[in-house]
Amino acid sequence: MTGKQIVTAVRQFLFGDSARAFGTLSVTLFLLLTIVPAKDYFREWRGYQSQYLKLIRGRGDAATLNRRFQGGLQQIWLPEIGVVDRCTTCHTALRETSLADLKAQPFRPHPPIPHKLTEFGCVLCHRGQGAATTVEEAHSSTKSWEEPILPAGYLESGCGQCHLDRPRGTPKLNQGRDTLAQYGCVRCHTVKTPDGVTMTGTDDPPSLEHIAEKTSREWIGAWLKNPQAYAATATMPNFQLQDEEIRDVSAFLISQSTPYLSSPSRQAVPAIKPEDAGDGVTLYGESFCTSCHATQNAAGILVGGNVGPELTRVGSKVKPEWLADWLRDPKTYDRDTKMPHYRFDARQIGLLIGFLGSKSDSDFVGNLHYDAPTPQQIEHGKAVVIERGCAACHEINGIKKPDNFAPELTAVGSRPLAKILFAPGVEHTLPDYIASKIRNPRSFGNALKMPQYTLAPPQVDALVTALLAQTERAERLPSFLRVAARKPSDYRPAGKAGQLIDDMSCFSCHAINGRGGDMASDLTWEGTSVQRAWLVNFLKNPSTLRPALIRRMPRFNMTDAEANTLADYIMTVYQTPEFDRDEIGESRLGAAEIERGRGLFYSKYACQSCHIVDPAKDKGYIGPTLTQVGTRLNAAWIFHWLKNAQSLRPGSLEPVWNMNDTDAQAIAAFLMAQRNAPRAGGAQK
Amino acid sequence: MKPTWMASVPIVLASFILLVADSACDRHATVPEEKPKAFGSAVVSISGEKQAAGVGSQLDQPVVVQVNDAKGAAAAGALVRFTGVRGVSFRPDRGLTGSDGQFTTIVTLGGMPGHYQIIAATLTAAGKPAEIRIDEIALGYQEMLGAQVSDIHCVRCHDSESTAERVSNHDNLDPPPHAFTDGSILNPMTNASLLAMIGHGGPALNKSAEMPPYGNTLTKAEIEALIAYLRAVADPPYHPEGVFYAGN
Repeated sequence: MTGKQIVTAVRQFLFGDSARAFGTLSVTLFLLLTIVPAKDYFREWRGYQSQYLKLIRGRGDAATLNRRFQGGLQQIWLPEIGVVDRCTTCHTALRETSLADLKAQPFRPHPPIPHKLTEFGCVLCHRGQGAATTVEEAHSSTKSWEEPILPAGYLESGCGQCHLDRPRGTPKLNQGRDTLAQYGCVRCHTVKTPDGVTMTGTDDPPSLEHIAEKTSREWIGAWLKNPQAYAATATMPNFQLQDEEIRDVSAFLISQSTPYLSSPSRQAVPAIKPEDAGDGVTLYGESFCTSCHATQNAAGILVGGNVGPELTRVGSKVKPEWLADWLRDPKTYDRDTKMPHYRFDARQIGLLIGFLGSKSDSDFVGNLHYDAPTPQQIEHGKAVVIERGCAACHEINGIKKPDNFAPELTAVGSRPLAKILFAPGVEHTLPDYIASKIRNPRSFGNALKMPQYTLAPPQVDALVTALLAQTERAERLPSFLRVAARKPSDYRPAGKAGQLIDDMSCFSCHAINGRGGDMASDLTWEGTSVQRAWLVNFLKNPSTLRPALIRRMPRFNMTDAEANTLADYIMTVYQTPEFDRDEIGESRLGAAEIERGRGLFYSKYACQSCHIVDPAKDKGYIGPTLTQVGTRLNAAWIFHWLKNAQSLRPGSLEPVWNMNDTDAQAIAAFLMAQRNAPRAGGAQK
Repeated sequence: MKPTWMASVPIVLASFILLVADSACDRHATVPEEKPKAFGSAVVSISGEKQAAGVGSQLDQPVVVQVNDAKGAAAAGALVRFTGVRGVSFRPDRGLTGSDGQFTTIVTLGGMPGHYQIIAATLTAAGKPAEIRIDEIALGYQEMLGAQVSDIHCVRCHDSESTAERVSNHDNLDPPPHAFTDGSILNPMTNASLLAMIGHGGPALNKSAEMPPYGNTLTKAEIEALIAYLRAVADPPYHPEGVFYAGN
């Protein structure tokens, strides 16, 4: 049989006469009609739902789980926030906390969060295609989808769309927003938070208007070449300038510099005898410079705070004449500096200059030497400074702060992938794009102006999280969802004491009425807490209160008059309205009470775990040493502290004891009896 | 008549050229594998083991491994390759050891909470793989909140290690507090016992009063998060005792 004959035979069989043709067509039509229900029957989500039902069968709470299970396509529809989420069709167990042992997706229960799924849906935080009903379409991060599911590491960006209040549950987002403000990102890029407020920098890039007074052109050159070679903690990024660009920029910066003291009132640098050099180290330690400034120790580990710049190589940087002026009174060079005015005498200044001068590194500047610049070089340097946007951070004479220097990042978290040019080797996702751009901006093109930052991997993660929170959706969300940022306090203490508080930069470490740093205690109710005589003494000669603290209160060499002015102000103004500091009189602190308090202190409440009353026996050193607490605190303060310390000083490490009145009064009596001078060589180390 | 297939020649040619050009411009440029200059016989972990980080996050500290040769000396220039389950990524995931025989990589954990085992492997001279398994922990949302509570209120006593920023009070206490990673002690305790102990202090379970009550300081959600955290970092790992169901 030839092929032609076969075709004819088949045609004969199927359509030979009208009855056969009718039959064939009917069968075909029937088959076509079954395709649609069959396609529906074999949908992925049905498979997951029956898998789920199989999983919960035989469990103790199967009846409950079965009752709560809803079959068919599920949908969370929230028109106000633009959510149409069908995720719960397959993620059937999201709200079943009793299924915590199910670890495989899609049946994992959702971890407890402060929001209800039915009020917020899924895509608001997780992104993805909420309306999709197949696994691939809902999650896919293939290139064609604009909203692929967000990798788990960046989830906190979802919170940032509404939360501007630094919630405790979003450490990564908070760190990212801090980094944006601290590393100068927002000085070049405009970033508006969803409430329309433009983010501002919290770093304090120095003014360069008087830079020639402070340092040499060679140091500027070495610094521009690699800021992190001078200080590993430097936040200034590397602009990767050519050597001649660096030469010309340094020439320009020196040429634009003006003197900062109008009259030549400069005093000579005090001379110090060589045999006194060791006193410089001691004074540096006694003045607790390390509370704010870090230095590298012999093992190369950074020790010290990060409020001020790292001082490991400061001797290679600053001129001794400038340093003398700075130590004498930093506010004359920089009115808003966080550095306190220490009231050092000439000998102390000489000692510190000697010590800091010795913290130098001859390798840093090396053999770098510049000849006197030509006018062309200075002109070129100025052009480079303008081109690189130096004035976005630093004040420079004759150069205006540039506007909109870098692309706005307000909606960078919604940037469509189709509009992004990826560098080779970068995964085609938005988080990977942002991360690689931060890690290595020049990989996207050598002509780009964005400098090279030195950031730790978690910092990059945090920055990406903060930037992913900058979405178009966030701007469109109804304003009632937005949790506003806490307004910064503009509290300013008044009068003479206010001037002293500014002069000694108390706010760099202490907070009062919501303004100030968190390095040291909040002083808002300090006047209720302490006794005046102790306060005056402490201001003049701060002693160690908390043995385990690394950061300590320095001695500012105050005069008696200054200490008294401050003490008067603190005792009068910083009073809590909740109770009277004298409300517990001596009569209520009798010997019987003291003994009962001692028992409670050591046994029932075991306060010695954290505090020292008897240096011979007690060892705890989390809280302040209490050997002389009877001369420091007021009984009423101790009484209320034992009831609820958090209400007096939020964030204190002291747990809320909620102690009953009789116990609190007995312990207050016991503590008020502690007035002895500490034993020599006691536990205060 | 000219054969019609002649007309399709330029089209075929053009698509061929486009195909070649497309594969040449592959956006995922593959990094050619380096040839090892030396071979070791064992991989040892130097640092970065048993870190805890949020799901999908990079570990704070890089993971450092060292390749040793048969004599136990560091092998410089040996090829190290890192692998892990899906979702775990390494930057870089392979490379040659430095002059000190060490290789450093930054690890990003996967998106599910739990323990992650990552494998660092090298080839021996005989061509056989030598490997080490390193355990890391990914914290879910609740566990991460617990880690924060622990950092503020607990570690000063429960962690015996001091850091540059924090002096440990552990050794001043008698009996000394248990480390949160000490699964041998904490795993047998039920969640209810832990809740009682944290909320009402040590005496609630007839233990030392040096453990203060935190029930008025922390919310119930915070204490539950803290328990979830210590379950997550327990070593040996915590497996809740529960009812076992058929077919599960």
